[in-house]
Amino acid sequence: MVEDKSIGSRLFNWTNITLLTIISLLTILPFFHVVASSFTTSAELAAKRFVLIPTEWSIAAYQYIFSTDTVFRALGVSIGVTFFGTLWSMLLSVLTAYGLSRKDLVGRRFIMFFIIFTMLFNGGMIPTFLVVKETGLLDSYLSLIMPVSINAFNMIILKSFFQGLPDGLEESAKIDGCNDFGILFRIVLPCSMPVIATISLFYAVTYWNTYMHAILYLNDATKWPIQVLLRQIVVLAGGMNYDGANYTDVPPPEQTVKMAVIVVATIPVLLVYPFLQKHFAKGALLGSMKE
Amino acid sequence: MDNDLVVVKKNSTVIPKASRRTELWKRIKKNKFMYLMILPGILYFLIYKYLPMYGLIIAFQDYKPYLGISGSEWVGFDHFKRLFSEPDFWFIFRNTLLLFVLQLVIFFPIPIFLALMLNEVRNQAFKKTVQTIVYIPHFMSWVIIVSICYVILTLDGGVVNGILESLGFQKINFLLSDEWFRPMYILQVIWREAGWGTIIFLAAIAAVDPQLYEAARMDGANRLQQMIHITLPAIKSVIVVLLILKIGDILELGFEHVFLLLNASNRNVAEIFDTYVYTTGLQQGQFSYSTAVGFFKGIVGLILVMFANWLAKKSGEEGVY
Repeated sequence: MVEDKSIGSRLFNWTNITLLTIISLLTILPFFHVVASSFTTSAELAAKRFVLIPTEWSIAAYQYIFSTDTVFRALGVSIGVTFFGTLWSMLLSVLTAYGLSRKDLVGRRFIMFFIIFTMLFNGGMIPTFLVVKETGLLDSYLSLIMPVSINAFNMIILKSFFQGLPDGLEESAKIDGCNDFGILFRIVLPCSMPVIATISLFYAVTYWNTYMHAILYLNDATKWPIQVLLRQIVVLAGGMNYDGANYTDVPPPEQTVKMAVIVVATIPVLLVYPFLQKHFAKGALLGSMKE
Repeated sequence: MDNDLVVVKKNSTVIPKASRRTELWKRIKKNKFMYLMILPGILYFLIYKYLPMYGLIIAFQDYKPYLGISGSEWVGFDHFKRLFSEPDFWFIFRNTLLLFVLQLVIFFPIPIFLALMLNEVRNQAFKKTVQTIVYIPHFMSWVIIVSICYVILTLDGGVVNGILESLGFQKINFLLSDEWFRPMYILQVIWREAGWGTIIFLAAIAAVDPQLYEAARMDGANRLQQMIHITLPAIKSVIVVLLILKIGDILELGFEHVFLLLNASNRNVAEIFDTYVYTTGLQQGQFSYSTAVGFFKGIVGLILVMFANWLAKKSGEEGVY
């Protein structure tokens, strides 16, 4: 393609690049501001308001939030739920997806409809709450995992990937006397690592970010994951309270402390982001495709 | 016996039903391990998706937890009648509708523009960097997004009010005001999702035949004209499909998001059906009434999805479901 070197084209380029730079900065600056503010003193933040590079460095906010075990415990819960939740969800999703990828499966279309219908209509919050209650999961960490075991979108991405694998793979394994489980775990999965990694990361991010289920199903504050604690410290302590139940007379935490809690809740996702980024665009596209 | 006769009538070549049954049975048996694999997944959907659908019948009862579904009294459509006669109904309806309109009119076009702009970038490294950055917020939870906005916008020590003050303006109480709720809501949606939304449009743009641009340049079209007359029409069908999907999503405005922004002082504009279900159901314990509200919302959502899909098929696009 011959590059257009006219003045109009250059002007177009520069306007475009400038706009995109501004958009990127606007996207990322709030994060920067929060991270920088968490590492400065309350005095500097109060005086300057907008901190991008602290002049007075301080880790007082972090010392404060880690001085009790509240944040540690919440992080522990989040890490545990993310780890076991991802394992559980992947196990169920892979098994279901692989089973449904077999085209000669009797009843396959019906089962797919059975699953896709749940994306269009569901019982809603209260009936689901009652089922969670009836299955004895209230105030249990399992309530953050079991009700969201399979994400239908993720399962369908896996299924379309398995369907795209060459048939020869399975045939040769069958001749060697493998049963379907053997084929899945010894042949199909090793060939599917990129999509497995992508979907695992999708699940992991979802579990890390979960907060609604914790609010619905966990009354015991010692079981809260980090996201709920974050809401408690930043959103509710400052008077944005709507629950009515959580008012306390404790003075609201300082700005730097709020910033530090936000950073702590954000960091793990930012750490996996580079890995995520390698694959997710493809995953997102597959997910938007028709079954 | 009757059944066998029917089978014979339906098929011109007469196959005894018994052998067809063994044929089917053989196919099922061949895949027995596959059924075993699907079983846990099926159980999950049955228990946590279909059982709650069955639970919707409490919308027609005066459900008492200690009596259960079988013991509770039936009240017919009473809860629905109450919903439509509640004074709250109309402002909740209006709020839900307005947030949807904001999503459709303000949010929806932004990823398209962003994708068009990204597509015009010739420097691949710059393009990758911008993409990397604008995708990030999608992976942050709503708690993080709202928390960051909170510390930036708060009256005591927030950077935005700091700037307003130093410029000599009045401080604005963004977080507790009626008029700032909707701008804040839509800006947060844009911040979190606009970048992510470009992926599908970029993929569609990548599929456009480069010869088209070549030909347009021969005819003297400049970059902007190429964008408007080639790129945009080329991704029209993707835009239509996504627009239709969005219409089907009318009532999925993000409970997690709105719930975080909602407080006693902006309830007038921020209360939507989802948050209303939470307040009346879990906080006030009116299980049956709140289930009826959720049911109403779900049915409207389902009808809109169907309608949108029908519209897609009618306009010559492939349906989505």
